[in-house]
Amino acid sequence: MERLRRTMLFMPGNNPSMLQSAGILGADSVILDLEDAVSITEKDSARILVRNAIKNINFYDTEVVVRINPLSSGFGIKDIEEVARVKPDALMVAKATEEDISTVCGMLEKIEEEEGFEKGSIKLFPLIETAYGIENISSIIASSYRVIGVLLGAEDLTADLGIKRTREGEEIFYARNKVASVCRAYKISAIDTPFADMDDIEGFKKDIQKAKSLGLTGKAAINPRQIDTIHEIFAPSLEEIDYAKRVMKATEEAKKEGIGVFSLDGKMVDAPIIARAEDILKNARLAGLL
Amino acid sequence: MKNVLGREIPESIQGYGTVKPFKGAFESLGNVEKKSVQLRSIVPGESKILSSIREAMEKCNIKDGMTISFHHHLRNGDYVLNMVLEEVANMGLKDIKVAASSIFPIHAPLVEHMRNGTVTGIYANYMSGPVAEAISRGELKNPAIMHTHGGRARAIQAGDLKIDIAFIASPTCDSYGNINGVQGPAACGSLGYAIPDALYADKTVAITDNLVPYPASPIEITQEYIDYIVEVDSIGDPKGIVSGTTRITRDPVGLKIAKMTSQVIEASGLLKDGFSFQTGAGGTSLAVAAYVKELMKEKEIVGSFAAGGITGYIVDMFEEGLFKSLFDVQCFDLKAVESYRDNKNHQGMSASMYGNPHNKGAVVNNLDVMILGATEIDTDFNVNVTTGSNGMIMGGSGGHSDTAAGAKLSIVVTQLMRGRLPIIVDSVTTVTTPGESIDVLVTERGIAVNPQRQDLIEKLKDTNLPVMTIEELKEMAEEMTGIPEKIQLDDKIVAVVEYRDGTVIDVVRKIKD
Repeated sequence: MERLRRTMLFMPGNNPSMLQSAGILGADSVILDLEDAVSITEKDSARILVRNAIKNINFYDTEVVVRINPLSSGFGIKDIEEVARVKPDALMVAKATEEDISTVCGMLEKIEEEEGFEKGSIKLFPLIETAYGIENISSIIASSYRVIGVLLGAEDLTADLGIKRTREGEEIFYARNKVASVCRAYKISAIDTPFADMDDIEGFKKDIQKAKSLGLTGKAAINPRQIDTIHEIFAPSLEEIDYAKRVMKATEEAKKEGIGVFSLDGKMVDAPIIARAEDILKNARLAGLL
Repeated sequence: MKNVLGREIPESIQGYGTVKPFKGAFESLGNVEKKSVQLRSIVPGESKILSSIREAMEKCNIKDGMTISFHHHLRNGDYVLNMVLEEVANMGLKDIKVAASSIFPIHAPLVEHMRNGTVTGIYANYMSGPVAEAISRGELKNPAIMHTHGGRARAIQAGDLKIDIAFIASPTCDSYGNINGVQGPAACGSLGYAIPDALYADKTVAITDNLVPYPASPIEITQEYIDYIVEVDSIGDPKGIVSGTTRITRDPVGLKIAKMTSQVIEASGLLKDGFSFQTGAGGTSLAVAAYVKELMKEKEIVGSFAAGGITGYIVDMFEEGLFKSLFDVQCFDLKAVESYRDNKNHQGMSASMYGNPHNKGAVVNNLDVMILGATEIDTDFNVNVTTGSNGMIMGGSGGHSDTAAGAKLSIVVTQLMRGRLPIIVDSVTTVTTPGESIDVLVTERGIAVNPQRQDLIEKLKDTNLPVMTIEELKEMAEEMTGIPEKIQLDDKIVAVVEYRDGTVIDVVRKIKD
């Protein structure tokens, strides 16, 4: 199914009341977190809670992704064993390498067969948050046919690079470009790092606009109150939709008349412009704007 | 017998009398009579100021069996009820009935007066804390009588609730009995709930900690209704006046409910110039106000009025020009008090003007949209805000039934589950407000419209809001929570719930130990 992935909302895996309402907050995807949000003493209970939540709670149309612990930690393998058996939509793999992705993919093959799930039904979402990850993003994605998108994790990345994370985000300009470009090449989702300061509304909006302008397709959220703003900015504007509609109409008319290249508002319309118009209309439809 | 809602109620209740069963929200309107008041005129030169509460009670000829009244504008900061009752107990009086418009945890000493027979009856529109719990356990001799805010005004006006002596906590009072609530150390704003008491009690005593030279200005309750004045050190703690929940919720589920509610209001077609609105002081209700505010600004709508207990948030909307006027029966915070004092379009209203069904038209009749809460709602849309999941009294109508009956669109907002309990049930423990006056239920997982509002169901079809039946919503919750067992209650009736017209809509039974 083709779906929007404008927002991926992080939710701690050890909070029952939040898990219970995960599906109704309006995010396109939720990331039930077993990693950073859960202290080492609660890894077991969170794993059980998340498993039971996926089994019993209605998430409606929300995509359910579980962020598992790094495979190197010892928790990661247990997470997959337990959680994959209730068939989340995807697993998010922290600090992913090629080897991690293919290991997880192999485990999923086995679990899917044992549980009678369709092969390849559980997807993968590598979290790119190291310098190695950025430089090898293409081969990481290529490590499994299950990969449907990449999340850029700027906090860990800047720590790995030994640089400071700033409000303006100039330091992740390259990483954002890289993630956007490679993901577009693979036609998968490119999800931007979350914005941490809930009180800085202007900074938050600028940060989303920046991500959109660089070609990222969505943004992670760490608070449900961030969802509406992200959706608003990632949604095609009314002007864009209007223009796209006119492009499509003019294209049809040109086709009828057998004209290859034509102009609209005095500007030449060619294949890339038509493709963009189609893309805008598709997103508008998915977002319920049409 | 069963009333029209199918609630099992005896024809006569010991300590209450003959029951007039509830017949429908608008079945008892028509011609009514007001009770006449006997008074003692005051000759020129006579002073009204007395030295103590004791002296005032003696002058008023207080006797066993009398009914004394109080208003609740000082909320959980009120000292006056306790002060007066302590003196009542010291005088050895018995069988006193207390008619307090609301009772709060601060009134805990009342429990002891109930136990030793000093107090044998209680009237209130709302009660929470130890007194409510003691009543629920059967510790009051006669059943408590629970009114609505408008219903209390009606009962007083009709003589159903005959007040022998009204003790009026007065933040400011002059030497001849002119009272206001906007000055003084315990300023609480509007005194709307005290007005029926002042008008209809046989005797009225102003209790003040801010006695000012004649004349006070402004004046809310005028001198012609006041017999005596007693000055005390303090009538209340201003910190307790502020209602606990006057901030917008940050809970994402509450915000989601609020946002959907604003979309229902928009779809109803009522959100246009001249719009009128009321919401309680709960976090989710206030969040509804916040979303309505955004919509009003976006569409450049200027509303007519907002009413009710007024919070600082509603004052902000008013000051931004979103409403032309406010009708204020009680102030929920100090910002509302200041606005009520300083802005002439922030107008006071009495409890009768607010919600009395037996007058020539209450403000609730002019309301477009009312946002209400619920502790339980049943599949007939009957709402309980009187008792909790354990059967204990923890609230009461207040203005719930009055506004639900009056507003063009009454919306109940609640989470589908609270803790592990589903909110929608087959039959509520106690009916506070009849389902016929509730139009919509909004929860985080879906919206149910009362089937009698087909017009609204049609309008909501054009939106992408998740509209479903209330039964579907109930099942959705029960899938997660299971169906809780019905609580077991004793047969003894501990409270009688009167609808605003004075008929009995339900009774509260003693909880089992």
